[in-house]
Amino acid sequence: MGTKILYVLGALAAVLLVRNLYVILLGLPDEKDQGAIYRIIFFHLPAFFTAALCYLTALISSVVYLVRKSQRADDLALSATEVGLAFAAVNLVTGMIWARIIWGIWWTWDARLTWALITWLIYAGYLMLRRAIDDPSERAKNAAVLCIFAFASVLITWKSIDWWRTQHPGAVLSIRGAEGGLDPAMESMIYFNWLALLLLCIVLVAVRMRQERVQREIDALRRHAHAL
Amino acid sequence: MDERNLTYMFYGFLSAWVILAGYVVTLAAREGRINRQIENLRRMIEGKESSKL
Repeated sequence: MGTKILYVLGALAAVLLVRNLYVILLGLPDEKDQGAIYRIIFFHLPAFFTAALCYLTALISSVVYLVRKSQRADDLALSATEVGLAFAAVNLVTGMIWARIIWGIWWTWDARLTWALITWLIYAGYLMLRRAIDDPSERAKNAAVLCIFAFASVLITWKSIDWWRTQHPGAVLSIRGAEGGLDPAMESMIYFNWLALLLLCIVLVAVRMRQERVQREIDALRRHAHAL
Repeated sequence: MDERNLTYMFYGFLSAWVILAGYVVTLAAREGRINRQIENLRRMIEGKESSKL
């Protein structure tokens, strides 16, 4: 992706985030039961959606790598996973802060929270696995296989509120069939903030992919310098 | 409750920004390191090639 496009996307993300922040803090009223703290949902949910989309991208890229041995696909899987982990961390931490006020505790081992943490750890393990293998093709192949299996954890996290009785709230979005969920103005703000985070995510993934490409150039130059 | 509620909302927003900003900083640091490495290698190769001629 061209540098100019990345700048434009980054600027769009920044403008949208500032606009969203203004509406979230000053445009929307407090929620009747939770008060001001409910506003955390405008980062908590979009961060999860962004991370899940990153993991899905990594899954598809890993399959493409295994089928075509495309180096770009491996780069995309790595970059999407790394960026996805950052957004998943936002999801976990904002959830804990919300829980401290609403539940009175930072953490509980309920199904949704536990699977979200397990998913984060599995993808962190993916990054560690990549560091542990020196041979580039072995590294890419092993990482791709792990990445494909890791996605099962994302699906379990996603469905955990339907499969188990959890302390975590059930579905609140109308697209998931929630009845009496969020007010439409609040729900639309979740999507607006998701769009902003998604734009930011695209920029970060593109930058990270470029770094991987340059890193390969460095490795090739090292071999060349060694041969001289 | 209300003041605590607001304070924790602020912590929530702050933590989201700190995590994302932290990641951007690590990306920028890696970018700088990679650029320095590639510059050094190119200079080294040019030096080796010119000394061979």
